Amino acid sequence: MPKLTIDGIAIEVPAGSTILQAAEAAGIEIPRFCYHERLSVAGNCRMCLVEVEKTPPKPIASCAYPVGEGMVVHTDTPMVRNGRRGVMEFLLINHPLDCPICDQGGECDLQDQAVGFGSDSSRYDENKRAVKDKDLGPLVKTTMTRCIHCTRCIRFITEVAGVPELGATDRGEHMEVGTYVEKALSSELSGNIIDLCPVGALTSKPYEFVARPWELQKVDSIDVLDAVGANIRIDSRGPEVLRILPRLNEDVNEEWLGDKSRFSIDGLKRSRLDRPWLKKDGKLQAVSWAEAFSAIADRTKGLSADRIGAIAGDLCDAESMLALKDLMTSLGSANIDCRQDGARLDASRRDFYSFNTSIPGIEEADAVLLIGTDPRKEAPVLNARIRKAVVANRAPVGSIGPVIDPTYKTVHLGFDPSVLNALHNGSHPFADTLRNAKKPMIVVGQGALARADGAAVLAAAWRLAASVGALTADWHGFNVLHTAAARVGGLDLGFVPGANGKSVAQMLDGGVDLLWLLGADEIDTARVGANTFVVYQGHHGDAGAHRADVILPGAAYTEKSGTYVNTEGRVQRGFKAVFPPGDAREDWTIIRAFSQLVGKTLPYDTIDALRARLEQANVAFSRIGYLPRFGCSDLTGPSGDPAAVGDAPFALAVENYYQTDAISRNSPTMAECSATKPELAAAAE
Amino acid sequence: MLQDKDRIFTNLFGVHDPLLKGARARGDWDGTAAILARGRDGIIDEMKKSGLRGRGGAGFPTGLKWSFMPKESKLPAYLVVNADESEPGTCKDRDILRHDPHKLIEGCLIAGFAMGACAAYIYVRGEFYNEGCMLQAAVDEAYEAGLIGKNACGSGYDFDVVVHRGAGAYICGEETALIESLEGKKGMPRMKPPFPAGVGLYGCPSTVNNVESIAVAPTILRRGADWFLGIGRPNNAGPKLFCISGHVNKPGNVEEELGIPLRELIERHAGGVRGGWDNLLAIIPGGASVRLIPKTICDDILMDFDSLRNVRSGLGTAAVIVMDKSTDLIRAIARLSKFYMHESCGQCTPCREGTGWMWRTMNRMAEGRATIQEIDTLEQVTRQVEGHTICALGDAAAWPIQGLIAHFRPMMEERINAYKARISSPSRMAAE
Repeated sequence: MPKLTIDGIAIEVPAGSTILQAAEAAGIEIPRFCYHERLSVAGNCRMCLVEVEKTPPKPIASCAYPVGEGMVVHTDTPMVRNGRRGVMEFLLINHPLDCPICDQGGECDLQDQAVGFGSDSSRYDENKRAVKDKDLGPLVKTTMTRCIHCTRCIRFITEVAGVPELGATDRGEHMEVGTYVEKALSSELSGNIIDLCPVGALTSKPYEFVARPWELQKVDSIDVLDAVGANIRIDSRGPEVLRILPRLNEDVNEEWLGDKSRFSIDGLKRSRLDRPWLKKDGKLQAVSWAEAFSAIADRTKGLSADRIGAIAGDLCDAESMLALKDLMTSLGSANIDCRQDGARLDASRRDFYSFNTSIPGIEEADAVLLIGTDPRKEAPVLNARIRKAVVANRAPVGSIGPVIDPTYKTVHLGFDPSVLNALHNGSHPFADTLRNAKKPMIVVGQGALARADGAAVLAAAWRLAASVGALTADWHGFNVLHTAAARVGGLDLGFVPGANGKSVAQMLDGGVDLLWLLGADEIDTARVGANTFVVYQGHHGDAGAHRADVILPGAAYTEKSGTYVNTEGRVQRGFKAVFPPGDAREDWTIIRAFSQLVGKTLPYDTIDALRARLEQANVAFSRIGYLPRFGCSDLTGPSGDPAAVGDAPFALAVENYYQTDAISRNSPTMAECSATKPELAAAAE
Repeated sequence: MLQDKDRIFTNLFGVHDPLLKGARARGDWDGTAAILARGRDGIIDEMKKSGLRGRGGAGFPTGLKWSFMPKESKLPAYLVVNADESEPGTCKDRDILRHDPHKLIEGCLIAGFAMGACAAYIYVRGEFYNEGCMLQAAVDEAYEAGLIGKNACGSGYDFDVVVHRGAGAYICGEETALIESLEGKKGMPRMKPPFPAGVGLYGCPSTVNNVESIAVAPTILRRGADWFLGIGRPNNAGPKLFCISGHVNKPGNVEEELGIPLRELIERHAGGVRGGWDNLLAIIPGGASVRLIPKTICDDILMDFDSLRNVRSGLGTAAVIVMDKSTDLIRAIARLSKFYMHESCGQCTPCREGTGWMWRTMNRMAEGRATIQEIDTLEQVTRQVEGHTICALGDAAAWPIQGLIAHFRPMMEERINAYKARISSPSRMAAE
């Protein structure tokens, strides 16, 4: 490890580090625009100039210059200061300085650094350059005159998102960033270029002229629109959520966020359930909480326990699911299920239903097999990690199911589960690829499990993982990729049919007389029997509410403090940013209040007491944020019979990334996004 | 004064057959296998000893550059020849390509062998259409004659030569931008380090050399380093092609020894300055990118790397641009500023923004529509660009202006004052 001195501070950094990284380690901040630790080095802004002794007498760009043994670096000499002031002046001569009408104002790197390194007046009297704005689709607003050509957006879209759609055309001062032939960005991660842009050239279109950063209340939370559990920051003003930004978490989302998670918040203001409703004479009428509760209580009277059932939806927090499970248990019913799509998941062991490799573990994988999944649509942030592994480790990727374009090269192995057997017995050429890999990774999607032979597919995938050496004492290469944020939490809590309990399909097909839907909108409500009394507890007037006899208004994820378990099994906690609208309440309190009415009072009055009960239900809930990684010591597979796989081709769990749940379906921005995708528009027709 | 027996480019004017038969008659491809038989180190040592300095402009010792190529490498290595000659005033490589292409091809083989390269890519400027055709014809001939390709010249060494045409961007003459362009990307210079000898074309070790540097190598090896060292001045050895243009009676290319007095070069080979030596105003001695020198310096300056550096100019590509007293110097430099603005790749900030600023100010200076203080601002702007960019285009854009301000500031002030007087004169008021 080379030792060097920066501004008199001696420091030792790993070989191959740059001066900028070394300075950061020494606690010295060097200004920069183009440099970003997750992107390749461009070295084009020239802001990070430093002086190094014993080099030619000119400043060097620290972001790209490797450290050397005994190097002596100065970051604050007249030469460096002049260099930075010069660069700052150059950046500003063609910048419009329209800060008062710029959405980036207040959180703009150029603003901040102009204060630090700029001059108080301009010596440039010529006309400024003006650049025509580009239309990059409904999410990213461009004001290209403000662009300082740092190329961060180009590098992100090319390297991380994997869709090389942005580039620079023309040269010199006429250089412009754009798509050449104007088109909407096709990436599911396009919103991140807004965060990356150090100036106001790329801003959020839905957030245009909405608020200034200093007006916002910032609350940490967890995203629920896919099962990755991306860490987010909810920015709100008064009762309104105004925007969502990613929060840094190296183990989950790094600093990226999918477009749906970032932009579907306008769905939180539409079709909201803000008061209880009760169906009287075939029509839903607004009622009080007491009336709604007593209607349900009346209905439960005289019902035998096995005629009562509950289904938990995809956006539920663990607290409300546990409260509902406890209520059902106290009523004597074992009819509970959290697998709306009917995925044949085996809840008997945690590694049968988790993404065991873990998200940071993906980076170690050197071969990947995707079974019935399109991670780009189901979990774009996780897909970026797979891409990272594919690029860094040159990992080959095979896919079984529909032909997909996950932004990296894949070998299409077949459409149906029979390929799994061919891989297992070695008759398929890709079997050798998996077998020769040191850390192969098998990813099973919900599209492969939500089908009649799902249990068999799960077992076949496990058997394949075991036979190719993906299950060893220090590597667990068997992964289930979920699409629902609530799913792993539900399985952890045992929100699955108990002894003689009924599954979702059985409950829908007339198996129960009282059906409690906790935010369950992804079921076929038409199948629910006419005589079944449906209680819908949730936040949106979506599929479930349309069939309901009683509607209990709950809280969306931004409106409650909740615990979520992501696809890896990582337990994370989000906080409440705003209050639920109208009479709506946090979900667990609704269930707790109802339990009292039927004389089965649940034994917790506070969220803390409920969380203590969570830990009691499953010890995994005591580890917030931290996920221990395990190898696999027990090769016994899930209960299905691997030989029983059918020959129907796999379907994908997510066809339209932009509209997967009650929130995104109600979001005009998401509707606009799906309208820009020709393939989605064609499918809808 | 270079004697005829010491000339390397004996077909510089194109009076003889440029193709293989003629080239052989001039001594090319003579004993190439024997040169290769000296081995990599033998060739590089001889080149180092000869003191040949790169002819592309920077004057870096060629033998030393070759020796940076890794001796052992798992990756293939490449020689890249920079025939993207776009420096205003320079037209020496063009004459080599069209009149003596075999010197270059033989040089490619020898240089490529010396650095362990498996192939040479010759990047020809897009506008050199006919020159590219001639070069390609020569390459085809050489393949046919077994001089390159498998078992080149019977030496047992396999070596390919590929001619690639550029699209006419000045910046693609910068070595790393040339590599990018050759790879099919936008021609934008790369950061150094890593240097091309470590990570170059397609990520493999590469060396980029100017056409002239490569073309003189076979002759040096045939006639010996001592012969080459005997020509010119210490540390500035050998003959060199000079391109003389501008206000002279007979512009053209000529091979002369380094260190020839500038006045002698012009008077002997270019027929003297138009209107006599006393009509001289200034000379740009090394292509558009170097600072101009006024007549007082021209009187006794020697044309070599070190002498010109001592007067804060440079030999560059040895493209001598002569300007007599009829020249509007400010306008001339403003035109060069426009060229650099137009050719800036736009990658890094100082050059992208600074070249436009400099051109706009220079344009006003040419009219006189400026203030005296703006001359200082302009000078500061050039200092802010110089040395702050990824490649040397920023420096090249700054130097001509710096040279103008250093030597002709009174002329600029006079122009500004004249403009001021003109717009405030009563006669103009009356006319309106």
